[in-house]
Amino acid sequence: MSDADASRDKDEPKPDAVDTKAPEPEGAGGATDPSDTEEQSRSQSVLRQILESSTLVVVMAVVAALLIAGILICFADEDVRTAAGYFFSQPADMFSAIGDALGGAYSAIFQGAVVNLQAESFAGFIKPFTQTLTMATPLIFAGLGLGIGFRAGLFNIGAQGQLLIGAALGAFIGFTFHLPFPIHLLLAVIGCALGGAIWGFIPGFLKARTGAHEVIVTIMLNYIALYLVAYLLTREAFQREGSSNPISPIVDESAQYPLLLGSQFNLHWGFILALGCAWFAWWLMERSTLGFELRAVGANPHAARTAGMNVSKAYILVMVIAGAFAGLAGSAQVLGTEKVLTTATAGSIGFDAITVALLGRSRPLGTVFAAILFGGLRAAGPTLQVQAGLPVDIVLVIQALIVLFIAAPPLVRSMFRLPAPAHEKEVAA
Amino acid sequence: MRNSIRIGAVAAASALVLAACGSAPEEETSAEASDDSTMEAAESIDFKACMVSDAGGFDDASFNESAYNGIERAGAELGVEVAEAESTAESDYGPNLEAQVAAGCDLIITVGFLLGDATAEAAAANPDVNFAIVDFGYEEPIENVKPMFFETDEAAFLAGYASAGASQTGTLGTFGGINIPTVSIFMDGFLAGANKYNEDMGGDVSVLGWDGTDGSFTGDFDDQTKGQNTAQGFLDQGADVVMPVAGPVGLGAASAVQSAGDAWLVGVDSDWTESAPEYADIVLTSVLKNISNAVFDTIEQAAGEGFTNEPYVGTLENEGVGIADFPEGVVPEDVVSALDGLREGIIAGEIEPSTAG
Repeated sequence: MSDADASRDKDEPKPDAVDTKAPEPEGAGGATDPSDTEEQSRSQSVLRQILESSTLVVVMAVVAALLIAGILICFADEDVRTAAGYFFSQPADMFSAIGDALGGAYSAIFQGAVVNLQAESFAGFIKPFTQTLTMATPLIFAGLGLGIGFRAGLFNIGAQGQLLIGAALGAFIGFTFHLPFPIHLLLAVIGCALGGAIWGFIPGFLKARTGAHEVIVTIMLNYIALYLVAYLLTREAFQREGSSNPISPIVDESAQYPLLLGSQFNLHWGFILALGCAWFAWWLMERSTLGFELRAVGANPHAARTAGMNVSKAYILVMVIAGAFAGLAGSAQVLGTEKVLTTATAGSIGFDAITVALLGRSRPLGTVFAAILFGGLRAAGPTLQVQAGLPVDIVLVIQALIVLFIAAPPLVRSMFRLPAPAHEKEVAA
Repeated sequence: MRNSIRIGAVAAASALVLAACGSAPEEETSAEASDDSTMEAAESIDFKACMVSDAGGFDDASFNESAYNGIERAGAELGVEVAEAESTAESDYGPNLEAQVAAGCDLIITVGFLLGDATAEAAAANPDVNFAIVDFGYEEPIENVKPMFFETDEAAFLAGYASAGASQTGTLGTFGGINIPTVSIFMDGFLAGANKYNEDMGGDVSVLGWDGTDGSFTGDFDDQTKGQNTAQGFLDQGADVVMPVAGPVGLGAASAVQSAGDAWLVGVDSDWTESAPEYADIVLTSVLKNISNAVFDTIEQAAGEGFTNEPYVGTLENEGVGIADFPEGVVPEDVVSALDGLREGIIAGEIEPSTAG
């Protein structure tokens, strides 16, 4: 059902709708009463703490991550290290070397992710930002799905596998059948969502019926998905004619997302679909009865069951929806940017999306912004390497530091002397 | 406890301070440096060679790393400017290529078949930039892309023949990382070489792990434990020569072979007596795949006489592939002398170094 709704949402206007929920007060995520905390399992309370960290903390975490990355950039820079060797005879050298290194790195990040100030044409000027949005698209999809899971109390690590299976099914439809444009694309997109949904259903079902922990099951299913796709890519049906490399044929043009801004930019309609899905996720969680049930289950499954909600059904549904979203993230890859299926199609999107969802506090709008931030960091990778000569690992370090700070809100608060929110003070006292 | 931390902190701080007490380079040196750079500039050529890795990264102890060594050597010896971009995911290929085109690269070398589409696309969009791709060939040649591939089965054939001759138990083993043509071509040549030995010398040597169409694969190029287990499995079945075609996974196999004591290892890609010296005493030979030299030559040619899109094919003839020397007295004399004839036969095209032919 998410597929149908998602594609229907495609053309609806969304920004206003999304904006209205932005100023959400702390801890207003439904039935989250601090006094319940003790009754809940530890993992759930940690999860909730992360979700409740205020927007300011998130922003400061990003700032802190960029600052610490700056220190690493200085250490990685050869000129700085040389100048540090004679710091006391010519301190100015070191400071200018640090300035050069940091200036180069931060300007490379800016020019790679936001706008290119040296571009000769307007297209070249805004190209980096369109690239950022392109990179953000799969993260938005997958992050939305994970966010819904987190709010329902399910820590889904399986976006990677759901994405791959979705991508495999969508790509298969894309290169095997030859249909006219809108129908082919629609079928391939539905295929992606369906593949992901099936892969999400398995851990949901196992959790609901047998109590198998979703973290373990989804991690294992990631491996199964990877090796399954690797196996499929050794079969003729998934390989190019006359080649035995594990790479699929290119998806038909009729099944590719059309480009949004013309052939100069990589940005495709998948981004608009992602925004539509963000609106749908908001509507689902904030406005629908089902969303209320899911949030209630996330807040306290025992209470939800006592209140007559079907917790098993909720778990299965959440995982199916999350899987469908992750599958759509796969569509952004195989029908959007990559146009082929390989074992590397998923990259690290499934795992980055976990960070994105946490960073976005599992709220659709937050997820969109977090995905754009991460998309920007990814888009800056090439300029960082080529222009500033820095290892691309710096980007991974920044991402990891952001996660670290998000996971420890008190650390960020004490670093920047931010006041602790009211309910935490109570706990401390 | 607290005191010792304090003392440690003071010691660390003073170490830092002392380290920072080095003397500044004299003003002169900067003048000299500029002299140097003008001297270098006289030597150096106005040519920028760039490289994009596949998602494995340049530290994969496999073909990305070999290619990287090639471009680094070109930078050091030819005086060309070099730049590299490492891909962390597939979606990086296109942007990395675009960034390098924008940075004014004259020749962009991409590594691996995964970059095939991205390279073709970038080549079509930038007809005045030249490209080369390692381990991949296009069905239709592209005017500004030079494919580089390697007939590694020719060398693996010789290694298989020699291994069959050296084997005491009459059983060899080989396994790969992932079943892709650039990996299985080694295994196929190895099997064909062993079969040839049986034919010529009347032996009865069998090869575990590859039957001509399918075989043993560990599933990745990272997990050394799997390499160790797979090799141990072969050793338990009586194999006494093992050829792992799996990058760093092969080191796991090497440790299994070393602890077995009476078995040999066949290295791949580079000479393992040099790249893995701790296992030098068990390396029978190595199947060499000189990606690094091919990259160097391609850059040299493009910077010097000019770029051609003619494919580079590494063979025994042009020493793009080859085998390393054997340790003394392990491979019987008659086998060693037969290898020269085989080498010539392969170069002349009389011997087909694969099981298919």
